[in-house]
Amino acid sequence: MSILVNKYTKVITQGITGNTGQFHTRMCKEYGTQMVAGVTPGKGGEAFEDIPIFNTVREAKKHTACNASVIYVPPAFAADAIMEAVDAQLDLVVCVTEGIPVLDMVKVKRMMLGSKTRLIGPNCPGIITPDECKIGIMPGHIHQKGHVGVVSRSGTLTYEAVDQVTRAGYGQSTCIGLGGDPVNGTNFIDCLELFNSDKDTHAIILIGEIGGTAEEDAAEYIKAYIKKPVVAFIAGATAPPGRRMGHAGAIIAGGKGTAAYKFKALESAGVAIAKSPADMGKILKEIY
Amino acid sequence: MKIHEYQAKELFKKYGVPHPTGFVCHNPEEVSDICKKLTAPYVVKAQIHAGGRGKGKLYDKNDRSTLVLDGGVKVTKTPDEASDIAQKMLGNILVTHQTGDIGKEVQTLLIEQGLYIKKEYYLGMVLDRSKSCVTFMASAEGGMDIETVAATTPEKILKVAIDPAVGFQAYQGRELGYGLGFDKACTNQFVKICATLYKLYTQSDASIVEINPLILTTDNTLIALDGKINFDDNALFRHKDLLALQDENEEDANEQEASKYGLSYISLDGNIGCMVNGAGLAMATMDIIKLFGEEPANFLDVGGGATKENVTAAFKIILSDPKVKAILVNIFGGIMKCDVIAEGIVAAVQESGLTLPLIVRLQGTNVEKGKKILANSGLAIIPADTMDEAAQKAVDAVN
Repeated sequence: MSILVNKYTKVITQGITGNTGQFHTRMCKEYGTQMVAGVTPGKGGEAFEDIPIFNTVREAKKHTACNASVIYVPPAFAADAIMEAVDAQLDLVVCVTEGIPVLDMVKVKRMMLGSKTRLIGPNCPGIITPDECKIGIMPGHIHQKGHVGVVSRSGTLTYEAVDQVTRAGYGQSTCIGLGGDPVNGTNFIDCLELFNSDKDTHAIILIGEIGGTAEEDAAEYIKAYIKKPVVAFIAGATAPPGRRMGHAGAIIAGGKGTAAYKFKALESAGVAIAKSPADMGKILKEIY
Repeated sequence: MKIHEYQAKELFKKYGVPHPTGFVCHNPEEVSDICKKLTAPYVVKAQIHAGGRGKGKLYDKNDRSTLVLDGGVKVTKTPDEASDIAQKMLGNILVTHQTGDIGKEVQTLLIEQGLYIKKEYYLGMVLDRSKSCVTFMASAEGGMDIETVAATTPEKILKVAIDPAVGFQAYQGRELGYGLGFDKACTNQFVKICATLYKLYTQSDASIVEINPLILTTDNTLIALDGKINFDDNALFRHKDLLALQDENEEDANEQEASKYGLSYISLDGNIGCMVNGAGLAMATMDIIKLFGEEPANFLDVGGGATKENVTAAFKIILSDPKVKAILVNIFGGIMKCDVIAEGIVAAVQESGLTLPLIVRLQGTNVEKGKKILANSGLAIIPADTMDEAAQKAVDAVN
């Protein structure tokens, strides 16, 4: 078991003819993901390394029965690509694209109300269930099949956590990068809920960062519902207020969203805190 | 992206948000002509990208210990006084609680018609992250620092969230207007202002629009006395006209240089320079330096590429900060392999002539090959396997 993706997931790439789309489609296919089609408007009928290309998502779905999509199209066109996948009623859309205008994502979120599609991202590394399905840009080989669920707002910091978990002798059930934008599809609570009901996930690592209140909300949810052990780290304790730390969403505004406040909220919810980013694997080992 | 108050008011003019008559001034000699177009009292406002100007202090540019003027916003009755104030503001350094001690040089003034104020209000628009939509905030506690109001008396801030599918509706404006205590005539003015601001916000991809204070004059007219607008950097590609409003004097030179290479750089106060791939890992690296007892000199995300060119650019930017006594490189090689990154680091060290202690921690794809390249380079690179070890070695190097 795992959450959201497994060996039966059939994935298409939106933006398959761009450099990024081609490279990562190849990497995901090599990892074992069922990459069944690509979509690039105007390139329908062509193929990329035996993967058929269609003009529209709806057409790709009709011919391949795909249920998931990964998006690498440029920021100006990414919101449109997400909405196309939502309208085609795919189960899962992973948007890797960084730099989508916030008001575009506001429209996307509104459009998704009541839809069956789950969006991960944008501006995220993606999702992986080790040895079964990798959708996104994370390096597959650092992962190992197992029972720790990892959910994070970062990219490389997630890889760091996964690496520590693997070195501590544990594998992962599923790892999800939620992305660093202020408006995104999936939040911590969505993933905590899924991990909680997944029989194969026995412990959870949550990696947050400054900005917003997603970690505080997650803390309340954990306190009320999560019975599995949770380890958390929050990046940005040294970040100055009012400055955007790389990610559009990582900004301490109006005195809110500090690392100290998030650590405190998680600690009071019974979460085991890794004060140092080097200790995530070590703390996991102490409690699980 | 931030713009000046006078630029925000030019946008108010374009969209039809009532604001005081005013003129931009770059030279004290222009003041008397400007005053002829206005009537007393006159308001002289220093234009810098920071709040708290009214309570700020102006210091002599060449002698930072000399206080030239108390307050970056002054009201005066005569054109001569206005000229004198302009003389004292232009070219000098305005320090406010938001600029830090370094302050900002005043290069532009806005000279406006003074108005008679009955009451001050706050009106702002931001993205509500939890609702994923644009939200209006209004308060009868205008003129104050709204963050203080939000922290101490949150019930005094009224909010309405706007559904992006239908946009701002008049009833939402009435809810706020009557909530602020306006009568029918003022509420009608207020609803119109809100509707206009919503149009401005969405059409220009703003991230903040704020009027603090929005004033009710003694003749019962609502007027935007101040104006602050920030724009979403990610949307500037479709607003070439707004891009022209950027004031390079207000931007940090290193941060601008960094962005040319796709690097994200923010200068901080410590002495250990950092170069990391990924924003989350970059913040975590700063945090671990602090945990080991030192302070990071910067935030620097080299992004996914970490090529020789941008690693070289990153070293140059870090080295331009004289406080830096050691550099910590922390790269988790994913798709970008560690051996490629190691080659980039070696080439960058040779090209930039780096002499400070350099601690390099590589992890991920092809890490062994990468370490070998660093070890065989003949350069005095201090290797580290884990983040702990890297932080400890960096802290040791500066002590």
